Amino acid sequence: MLTFTLRRLLLAIPTLLVISLVIFLLVDLAPGSPMSEIPLTVPPDVRQRMIEALGADQPVFVRYFLWLRQFFWVEPAYLLDGWFGTNLAGGEQRILSWQSRSPVFTIIGQRIPQTLTVIGTAYIVGILIALPIGIYSAYRQYSWFDQAGTLFAMIGFSVPTFFSGTLFIIIFAVWLGWFPTKYDTNLAVTDWASFVKQVQQMALPVMTLGLANAAAISRFMRSSMLDNMAQDYVRTARAKGMSERTVILKHVLRNSLIPVVTVIALGIPAIFGGAIITENLFGVNGIGAALILAIHASDLPMVQTLAFIFAVLIVVFNLIADILYGLLDPRIRYD
Amino acid sequence: MTDTSAAIPKAPSQRRAIWQQFRTHKGALFGLIVLAILTLAVLLGPYLWVSEKLSVAQAIKLKNQGPSLRFPLGTDQLGRDMLARMMLAGRISLAVGFVAMAIAITLGTFVGILAGFFRRLDGPLMRLTDMFLALPLIPLLLVMVMLFRDRIASLIGPELGAFMLIVFAIGITSWMQTARIVRGEVLALKEREYVLAARSIGTAPLGIILRHILPNVISPVMVAATLEIAGAIITESVLSFLGLGFPPDFPTWGRLLYDGLQYMQVYPERVIWPGLAISLTVLSVNYIGDGLRDALDPRIRGR
Repeated sequence: MLTFTLRRLLLAIPTLLVISLVIFLLVDLAPGSPMSEIPLTVPPDVRQRMIEALGADQPVFVRYFLWLRQFFWVEPAYLLDGWFGTNLAGGEQRILSWQSRSPVFTIIGQRIPQTLTVIGTAYIVGILIALPIGIYSAYRQYSWFDQAGTLFAMIGFSVPTFFSGTLFIIIFAVWLGWFPTKYDTNLAVTDWASFVKQVQQMALPVMTLGLANAAAISRFMRSSMLDNMAQDYVRTARAKGMSERTVILKHVLRNSLIPVVTVIALGIPAIFGGAIITENLFGVNGIGAALILAIHASDLPMVQTLAFIFAVLIVVFNLIADILYGLLDPRIRYD
Repeated sequence: MTDTSAAIPKAPSQRRAIWQQFRTHKGALFGLIVLAILTLAVLLGPYLWVSEKLSVAQAIKLKNQGPSLRFPLGTDQLGRDMLARMMLAGRISLAVGFVAMAIAITLGTFVGILAGFFRRLDGPLMRLTDMFLALPLIPLLLVMVMLFRDRIASLIGPELGAFMLIVFAIGITSWMQTARIVRGEVLALKEREYVLAARSIGTAPLGIILRHILPNVISPVMVAATLEIAGAIITESVLSFLGLGFPPDFPTWGRLLYDGLQYMQVYPERVIWPGLAISLTVLSVNYIGDGLRDALDPRIRGR
């Protein structure tokens, strides 16, 4: 298992390098040199340093390595400096956003908590809805509950989040007036009243994303349960006279959860991608909204960095899912 | 896994068997009917429903109308007939779905057959597929549209430019699933006796692929293709929804929804119609895919 993990870790490095090259080249080879598009609002001396740090007049591979160096060496150095008060970075040029002229990673650091609160809650809510639906649908296969669950999943797959979100806004915010239409990022939770407010403003985005996630996960849960219920050990457990509750919730459920857990891990990066829509619709000030803002403002460093962060998330969670599967299921050993 | 339906030699009765099985799937039948109605509506609708030619002054007076006999779906903030716009938008949305699907399926089948048939290409091509699967697609599509939209628009015009760019971008970022499915099928197929027989009488690899492999991977590819249409329509509407899709005078359903978003509180129907159209199309396409999967699988068929 350890060798497998190490091998997968080593394999992830070239994957990430190639992806970073794709992202770099896509922006770099686009019509109009990125360097010529540094907005005039950036002061001349900063502009000069940015151009030097990226080696604007160097060949393309030198520029790529300089970009990688900023990403993997300079920025982590600044992070460590910030934590331990050391001076590893030595005042090197950081990746600056062209919109705000502050370091890209500072902006991302400020925005990640909002994304994690809303998206994280939505994912957890989605899982909590999906698991019982999946379990009961499988236990009573072809019952009306199962049919309803199938319909729910089909609708969840098919209705895009930007439409379900808009519908929820129209129904629950405009007509019924239960929840606010926009997410207020400045709200600080200090007492009960502000907590209620926070819950209210999170309700709609969480519902939108949660239902979309629940649709997919409930299907996986159902088919995994069905696979396991046909196994011999279930008949054995029943023959021993165990209660139906023990058979389903202890024997079948535990084994069925193994593939579902990996599906859940694999779904996490996709959620961050899907969050772009939800964050824009509800005005959540997270990294998805930052990406759209940066794209509309032609803020190339921000766009490159965010796109690469999304790629890193995908690779990392693929790795986690693979390792989890090996750890949870003793039949799967990669050695 | 290996006994795909096309391997059975009696073609005419087989087509009927597939249809018989497909018909028993209620959702698939519903999907087929809804999709047929929607497609007919957007293809023939503009000929049956010719919206009046209004001058700008007239149109401004007629803006934001509710549904009436003159404007069955009302008018928008510039006095344009919503029904006519919905039909025009539907044409483009569906065209994007079908063309992007065609690109993705062609590319995916090509890569899948190469990887499955030629052992030397398998490793590199599958690594390429894995890499594409690890790309953050929505952010990358947004970046591609942002960087290349103006350049392509100046070359071939804003409408065609937007269409080509978006269809191409969606196509080259969604072929991976098809490639994997096709590769798996080909790996199994090429060990079959009839392929061995073809090889032993000296058929060239191209001949084997066209004559023996390709017809046998059609069924899984068809299922992947229906799902691909749904995916492409959703992706396009996401791009339009984020303001990086089609221009407003060449709308898709996603663009109409985006335009209606500002007026959502007063005129919710302007968001609901395009949203409903997208959802219904995708839902019916998904159901058709579901039904096709059952109908094309000989192990399920006839039970």
